[in-house]
Amino acid sequence: MTMELDPIRRADVDRASRLAAEHVVERARRERLEDVVVASVDSPVGVLLVAATPRGIVRVAFPEEPQEAVLEELAADLSPRVLADPRGMDPVRRQLEEYFEGRRRRFETRIDWALAPTGFSRKVLEQTARIPYGSVSTYGEMARRAGSPRAARAAGNALHDNPVPIVVPCHRVVPASGGIGRYGGSEWRKEWLLRLEGWLQG
Amino acid sequence: MSPPPFTRFMEEHREPVYRFLLAAVGPHDADDCFQETFLAALRAYPRLAQESNLRAWVFTIATRKVIDHERARARRPAPVEHLPEQTADQPPDGDPEIWRAVRSLPAKQRVAILQRYVLDLPYADIARTLGCSVEAARASAHAGRRKLREALHPDGSPRTTGGRR
Repeated sequence: MTMELDPIRRADVDRASRLAAEHVVERARRERLEDVVVASVDSPVGVLLVAATPRGIVRVAFPEEPQEAVLEELAADLSPRVLADPRGMDPVRRQLEEYFEGRRRRFETRIDWALAPTGFSRKVLEQTARIPYGSVSTYGEMARRAGSPRAARAAGNALHDNPVPIVVPCHRVVPASGGIGRYGGSEWRKEWLLRLEGWLQG
Repeated sequence: MSPPPFTRFMEEHREPVYRFLLAAVGPHDADDCFQETFLAALRAYPRLAQESNLRAWVFTIATRKVIDHERARARRPAPVEHLPEQTADQPPDGDPEIWRAVRSLPAKQRVAILQRYVLDLPYADIARTLGCSVEAARASAHAGRRKLREALHPDGSPRTTGGRR
Protein backbone atom coordinates (compact mmCIF):
# COMPACT_ATOMS: atom_id res chain seq x y z
CA MET A 1 0.00 0.00 0.00
CA THR A 2 2.90 2.33 0.68
CA MET A 3 4.01 2.03 -2.93
CA GLU A 4 0.52 2.51 -4.30
CA LEU A 5 0.01 5.71 -2.39
CA ASP A 6 3.38 7.18 -3.21
CA PRO A 7 3.10 8.24 -6.83
CA ILE A 8 4.84 11.61 -6.67
CA ARG A 9 8.30 11.85 -8.13
CA ARG A 10 11.02 12.93 -5.79
CA ALA A 11 12.54 15.53 -8.11
CA ASP A 12 9.18 17.23 -8.60
CA VAL A 13 8.49 17.39 -4.89
CA ASP A 14 11.97 18.74 -4.33
CA ARG A 15 11.49 21.52 -6.87
CA ALA A 16 7.95 22.43 -5.82
CA SER A 17 8.76 22.39 -2.11
CA ARG A 18 11.85 24.53 -2.68
CA LEU A 19 9.66 27.12 -4.39
CA ALA A 20 7.09 26.95 -1.58
CA ALA A 21 9.89 27.48 0.97
CA GLU A 22 10.98 30.59 -0.96
CA HIS A 23 7.41 31.86 -0.72
CA VAL A 24 7.58 31.34 3.05
CA VAL A 25 10.76 33.43 3.25
CA GLU A 26 9.21 36.22 1.14
CA ARG A 27 6.16 36.38 3.40
CA ALA A 28 8.29 36.21 6.53
CA ARG A 29 10.22 39.22 5.23
CA ARG A 30 7.04 41.18 4.45
CA GLU A 31 5.50 40.30 7.81
CA ARG A 32 8.73 41.14 9.66
CA LEU A 33 9.06 37.70 11.18
CA GLU A 34 12.75 37.40 10.37
CA ASP A 35 14.79 38.02 13.53
CA VAL A 36 18.07 37.13 11.83
CA VAL A 37 18.68 37.07 8.08
CA VAL A 38 21.67 35.20 6.70
CA ALA A 39 23.14 35.10 3.20
CA SER A 40 26.36 34.14 1.48
CA VAL A 41 28.25 36.93 -0.24
CA ASP A 42 30.97 36.15 -2.78
CA SER A 43 34.16 38.14 -2.34
CA PRO A 44 37.82 38.08 -3.41
CA VAL A 45 38.73 36.98 0.13
CA GLY A 46 36.33 34.02 0.04
CA VAL A 47 32.61 33.43 0.48
CA LEU A 48 31.43 35.47 3.45
CA LEU A 49 28.48 34.46 5.57
CA VAL A 50 26.72 37.70 6.51
CA ALA A 51 24.03 37.95 9.17
CA ALA A 52 21.81 40.94 9.92
CA THR A 53 19.02 41.76 12.35
CA PRO A 54 16.48 44.59 11.98
CA ARG A 55 19.03 46.70 13.89
CA GLY A 56 21.91 46.17 11.44
CA ILE A 57 24.74 43.85 10.45
CA VAL A 58 25.48 41.57 13.35
CA ARG A 59 28.01 39.06 12.02
CA VAL A 60 30.44 38.50 9.14
CA ALA A 61 32.08 35.07 9.05
CA PHE A 62 34.98 33.92 6.89
CA PRO A 63 34.74 30.51 5.20
CA GLU A 64 37.06 28.86 7.75
CA GLU A 65 34.21 28.98 10.25
CA PRO A 66 31.78 26.10 9.68
CA GLN A 67 28.43 27.56 8.54
CA GLU A 68 26.46 25.21 10.76
CA ALA A 69 28.33 26.43 13.82
CA VAL A 70 27.72 30.09 12.93
CA LEU A 71 23.99 29.47 12.38
CA GLU A 72 23.74 27.57 15.68
CA GLU A 73 25.49 30.42 17.44
CA LEU A 74 23.10 32.99 15.93
CA ALA A 75 20.09 30.87 16.93
CA ALA A 76 21.35 30.40 20.48
CA ASP A 77 22.58 33.96 21.12
CA LEU A 78 20.02 36.06 19.19
CA SER A 79 16.90 34.17 18.14
CA PRO A 80 16.09 30.80 16.58
CA ARG A 81 14.17 32.66 13.85
CA VAL A 82 17.19 32.57 11.54
CA LEU A 83 16.22 32.62 7.87
CA ALA A 84 18.36 32.28 4.77
CA ASP A 85 17.17 35.19 2.65
CA PRO A 86 19.57 36.23 -0.13
CA ARG A 87 17.17 38.88 -1.43
CA GLY A 88 16.69 40.40 2.00
CA MET A 89 20.47 40.88 2.12
CA ASP A 90 20.68 42.61 -1.29
CA PRO A 91 21.50 46.14 -0.01
CA VAL A 92 24.37 44.85 2.14
CA ARG A 93 25.64 42.59 -0.63
CA ARG A 94 25.72 45.52 -3.07
CA GLN A 95 27.76 47.63 -0.67
CA LEU A 96 30.23 44.83 -0.04
CA GLU A 97 30.61 44.24 -3.78
CA GLU A 98 31.26 47.94 -4.36
CA TYR A 99 33.81 47.95 -1.55
CA PHE A 100 35.68 44.98 -3.02
CA GLU A 101 35.68 46.63 -6.44
CA GLY A 102 37.28 49.72 -4.88
CA ARG A 103 34.19 51.86 -5.54
CA ARG A 104 33.07 52.29 -1.93
CA ARG A 105 35.03 53.83 0.93
CA ARG A 106 32.47 53.57 3.71
CA PHE A 107 29.48 51.37 4.54
CA GLU A 108 26.09 53.00 4.83
CA THR A 109 24.74 50.30 7.05
CA ARG A 110 24.00 50.19 10.73
CA ILE A 111 25.85 47.80 12.99
CA ASP A 112 24.10 45.63 15.55
CA TRP A 113 26.62 45.14 18.36
CA ALA A 114 24.60 42.33 19.98
CA LEU A 115 27.40 39.76 19.52
CA ALA A 116 30.23 42.10 20.51
CA PRO A 117 31.61 42.11 24.02
CA THR A 118 30.73 45.00 26.32
CA GLY A 119 32.97 47.41 28.24
CA PHE A 120 36.49 48.17 27.08
CA SER A 121 36.36 45.73 24.13
CA ARG A 122 33.21 47.34 22.78
CA LYS A 123 34.78 50.79 23.02
CA VAL A 124 37.80 49.56 21.07
CA LEU A 125 35.53 48.22 18.31
CA GLU A 126 33.48 51.44 18.22
CA GLN A 127 36.65 53.51 17.89
CA THR A 128 37.91 51.18 15.18
CA ALA A 129 34.71 51.75 13.20
CA ARG A 130 35.83 55.41 12.86
CA ILE A 131 39.22 54.81 11.27
CA PRO A 132 38.93 56.17 7.73
CA TYR A 133 39.44 54.10 4.59
CA GLY A 134 43.04 53.93 3.45
CA SER A 135 44.59 54.84 6.79
CA VAL A 136 45.65 52.79 9.81
CA SER A 137 45.97 53.19 13.54
CA THR A 138 47.83 51.21 16.22
CA TYR A 139 46.71 48.89 19.02
CA GLY A 140 48.10 51.36 21.55
CA GLU A 141 46.21 54.27 20.03
CA MET A 142 42.95 52.27 20.03
CA ALA A 143 43.50 51.38 23.69
CA ARG A 144 44.09 55.04 24.49
CA ARG A 145 40.93 56.17 22.67
CA ALA A 146 38.97 53.46 24.50
CA GLY A 147 40.18 54.93 27.78
CA SER A 148 43.01 52.54 28.84
CA PRO A 149 46.27 53.75 27.25
CA ARG A 150 48.32 50.82 28.56
CA ALA A 151 45.95 48.07 27.36
CA ALA A 152 47.32 47.65 23.82
CA ARG A 153 47.37 43.87 24.12
CA ALA A 154 43.76 43.76 25.37
CA ALA A 155 42.79 46.02 22.47
CA GLY A 156 44.41 43.53 20.10
CA ASN A 157 42.38 40.69 21.61
CA ALA A 158 39.15 42.67 21.29
CA LEU A 159 39.87 43.28 17.61
CA HIS A 160 40.73 39.64 17.07
CA ASP A 161 37.20 38.72 18.23
CA ASN A 162 35.46 41.37 16.11
CA PRO A 163 32.07 39.85 15.14
CA VAL A 164 31.75 42.08 12.04
CA PRO A 165 35.16 42.17 10.32
CA ILE A 166 35.53 44.24 7.13
CA VAL A 167 32.49 46.38 8.05
CA VAL A 168 34.15 47.28 11.36
CA PRO A 169 37.63 47.65 9.86
CA CYS A 170 39.83 45.91 12.41
CA HIS A 171 42.27 45.32 9.53
CA ARG A 172 43.15 49.02 9.84
CA VAL A 173 44.81 48.50 13.23
CA VAL A 174 48.50 47.53 13.13
CA PRO A 175 51.35 47.24 15.67
CA ALA A 176 53.33 50.43 16.45
CA SER A 177 56.51 48.38 16.01
CA GLY A 178 55.87 47.78 12.31
CA GLY A 179 54.40 45.00 10.19
CA ILE A 180 50.67 44.42 9.82
CA GLY A 181 50.11 42.27 12.92
CA ARG A 182 47.53 39.60 13.59
CA TYR A 183 44.10 39.19 12.00
CA GLY A 184 41.18 37.03 13.15
CA GLY A 185 40.44 36.11 9.53
CA SER A 186 44.01 35.04 8.57
CA GLU A 187 46.83 37.53 7.98
CA TRP A 188 46.75 37.22 4.17
CA ARG A 189 43.29 38.77 4.18
CA LYS A 190 44.48 41.70 6.28
CA GLU A 191 47.27 42.27 3.78
CA TRP A 192 44.83 41.97 0.87
CA LEU A 193 42.41 44.51 2.39
CA LEU A 194 45.18 47.00 3.20
CA ARG A 195 46.42 46.67 -0.38
CA LEU A 196 42.88 47.21 -1.72
CA GLU A 197 42.63 50.40 0.32
CA GLY A 198 46.01 51.59 -0.93
CA TRP A 199 47.76 51.69 2.44
CA LEU A 200 50.07 48.86 1.37
CA GLN A 201 51.67 49.34 -1.99
CA GLY A 202 52.52 46.88 -4.77
CA MET B 1 18.90 24.54 24.33
CA SER B 2 17.05 26.56 21.73
CA PRO B 3 15.52 24.88 18.69
CA PRO B 4 17.77 24.68 15.59
CA PRO B 5 18.01 27.71 13.28
CA PHE B 6 14.64 27.98 11.52
CA THR B 7 16.25 27.75 8.09
CA ARG B 8 17.61 24.29 9.00
CA PHE B 9 14.29 23.20 10.47
CA MET B 10 12.44 24.16 7.27
CA GLU B 11 15.07 22.51 5.08
CA GLU B 12 14.79 19.28 7.01
CA HIS B 13 10.98 19.03 6.91
CA ARG B 14 10.26 20.80 3.63
CA GLU B 15 9.94 17.68 1.48
CA PRO B 16 7.85 15.40 3.70
CA VAL B 17 5.50 18.25 4.65
CA TYR B 18 5.03 19.23 1.02
CA ARG B 19 4.47 15.60 0.03
CA PHE B 20 1.84 15.28 2.73
CA LEU B 21 0.06 18.48 1.66
CA LEU B 22 0.21 17.55 -1.99
CA ALA B 23 -1.61 14.35 -1.19
CA ALA B 24 -4.00 15.93 1.31
CA VAL B 25 -5.19 19.03 -0.57
CA GLY B 26 -3.92 18.50 -4.11
CA PRO B 27 -1.35 20.28 -6.26
CA HIS B 28 -3.40 23.46 -6.58
CA ASP B 29 -3.48 24.30 -2.87
CA ALA B 30 -0.35 22.58 -1.55
CA ASP B 31 1.82 25.70 -1.85
CA ASP B 32 -0.70 27.82 0.07
CA CYS B 33 -1.06 25.29 2.87
CA PHE B 34 2.72 24.91 2.98
CA GLN B 35 3.14 28.66 3.47
CA GLU B 36 0.48 28.74 6.18
CA THR B 37 2.12 25.79 7.94
CA PHE B 38 5.64 27.19 8.05
CA LEU B 39 4.57 30.76 8.82
CA ALA B 40 2.55 29.46 11.78
CA ALA B 41 5.62 27.47 12.84
CA LEU B 42 7.81 30.56 12.46
CA ARG B 43 5.48 32.67 14.61
CA ALA B 44 5.48 30.09 17.39
CA TYR B 45 9.15 29.13 17.02
CA PRO B 46 10.80 31.34 19.68
CA ARG B 47 8.33 30.12 22.30
CA LEU B 48 9.02 26.50 21.48
CA ALA B 49 10.39 25.03 24.69
CA GLN B 50 12.84 22.20 24.24
CA GLU B 51 10.61 20.55 21.65
CA SER B 52 11.91 17.01 21.33
CA ASN B 53 9.87 16.01 18.31
CA LEU B 54 9.91 18.81 15.74
CA ARG B 55 8.68 16.48 13.04
CA ALA B 56 5.50 15.61 14.93
CA TRP B 57 5.07 19.28 15.80
CA VAL B 58 5.24 20.52 12.21
CA PHE B 59 2.87 17.77 11.04
CA THR B 60 0.41 18.77 13.74
CA ILE B 61 0.42 22.28 12.30
CA ALA B 62 0.17 21.02 8.72
CA THR B 63 -2.78 18.83 9.67
CA ARG B 64 -4.53 21.78 11.27
CA LYS B 65 -3.98 23.75 8.05
CA VAL B 66 -5.48 20.91 6.00
CA ILE B 67 -8.56 20.95 8.20
CA ASP B 68 -8.78 24.79 8.02
CA HIS B 69 -8.46 24.57 4.26
CA GLU B 70 -11.24 22.00 4.17
CA ARG B 71 -13.60 24.26 6.14
CA ALA B 72 -12.82 27.25 3.93
CA ARG B 73 -13.46 25.17 0.85
CA ALA B 74 -16.77 23.93 2.24
CA ARG B 75 -17.91 27.54 2.65
CA ARG B 76 -17.04 28.44 -0.94
CA PRO B 77 -19.60 27.69 -3.68
CA ALA B 78 -19.15 24.28 -5.26
CA PRO B 79 -17.01 24.38 -8.39
CA VAL B 80 -18.73 23.89 -11.74
CA GLU B 81 -18.77 20.23 -12.69
CA HIS B 82 -16.69 18.88 -15.55
CA LEU B 83 -14.12 21.64 -15.57
CA PRO B 84 -11.03 20.33 -17.26
CA GLU B 85 -8.79 18.61 -14.74
CA GLN B 86 -5.56 20.38 -13.90
CA THR B 87 -3.18 18.38 -15.94
CA ALA B 88 0.02 20.39 -15.82
CA ASP B 89 0.55 20.14 -12.10
CA GLN B 90 -1.17 16.85 -11.47
CA PRO B 91 0.99 14.31 -9.66
CA PRO B 92 3.01 13.04 -12.61
CA ASP B 93 2.43 9.36 -12.13
CA GLY B 94 0.39 6.97 -10.09
CA ASP B 95 -3.30 6.42 -10.32
CA PRO B 96 -5.18 9.77 -10.20
CA GLU B 97 -8.25 7.82 -9.14
CA ILE B 98 -6.56 6.82 -5.90
CA TRP B 99 -5.72 10.43 -5.15
CA ARG B 100 -9.26 11.58 -5.78
CA ALA B 101 -10.51 8.83 -3.54
CA VAL B 102 -8.05 9.78 -0.79
CA ARG B 103 -9.06 13.41 -0.98
CA SER B 104 -12.73 12.52 -0.68
CA LEU B 105 -12.18 10.83 2.71
CA PRO B 106 -13.21 12.68 5.88
CA ALA B 107 -10.32 14.82 7.16
CA LYS B 108 -9.30 12.58 10.07
CA GLN B 109 -9.26 9.44 8.00
CA ARG B 110 -7.41 11.19 5.20
CA VAL B 111 -4.72 12.51 7.52
CA ALA B 112 -4.35 9.11 9.18
CA ILE B 113 -4.06 7.34 5.81
CA LEU B 114 -1.54 9.81 4.41
CA GLN B 115 0.63 9.95 7.48
CA ARG B 116 0.62 6.19 7.89
CA TYR B 117 1.05 5.04 4.29
CA VAL B 118 2.67 7.96 2.48
CA LEU B 119 4.88 9.32 5.23
CA ASP B 120 5.31 6.06 7.10
CA LEU B 121 4.81 7.77 10.47
CA PRO B 122 4.19 5.67 13.59
CA TYR B 123 0.67 5.72 15.06
CA ALA B 124 2.00 7.52 18.15
CA ASP B 125 2.92 10.54 15.97
CA ILE B 126 -0.36 10.39 14.06
CA ALA B 127 -2.30 10.31 17.32
CA ARG B 128 -0.45 13.38 18.47
CA THR B 129 -1.16 15.18 15.22
CA LEU B 130 -4.86 14.35 15.38
CA GLY B 131 -5.09 14.96 19.11
CA CYS B 132 -6.49 11.51 19.82
CA SER B 133 -5.40 8.19 21.31
CA VAL B 134 -3.16 5.75 19.45
CA GLU B 135 -6.10 3.34 19.20
CA ALA B 136 -8.31 6.05 17.68
CA ALA B 137 -5.59 6.92 15.15
CA ARG B 138 -5.29 3.28 14.18
CA ALA B 139 -9.07 3.04 13.86
CA SER B 140 -9.16 6.14 11.61
CA ALA B 141 -6.52 4.68 9.32
CA HIS B 142 -8.37 1.38 9.25
CA ALA B 143 -11.72 3.01 8.46
CA GLY B 144 -10.07 5.13 5.77
CA ARG B 145 -8.49 2.07 4.22
CA ARG B 146 -11.81 0.28 4.07
CA LYS B 147 -13.53 3.25 2.46
CA LEU B 148 -10.77 3.53 -0.10
CA ARG B 149 -11.09 -0.12 -0.96
CA GLU B 150 -14.83 0.23 -1.40
CA ALA B 151 -14.46 3.36 -3.51
CA LEU B 152 -11.82 1.87 -5.78
CA HIS B 153 -13.07 -1.69 -6.06
CA PRO B 154 -16.78 -1.68 -5.37
CA ASP B 155 -17.22 -5.29 -6.57
CA GLY B 156 -14.44 -6.72 -4.45
CA SER B 157 -11.97 -7.12 -7.30
CA PRO B 158 -8.92 -9.37 -6.94
CA ARG B 159 -6.72 -6.42 -5.90
CA THR B 160 -8.55 -6.28 -2.60
CA THR B 161 -6.41 -7.68 0.17
CA GLY B 162 -7.11 -8.58 3.72
CA GLY B 163 -10.83 -8.60 3.14
CA ARG B 164 -13.00 -10.11 5.82
CA ARG B 165 -14.79 -13.15 4.57
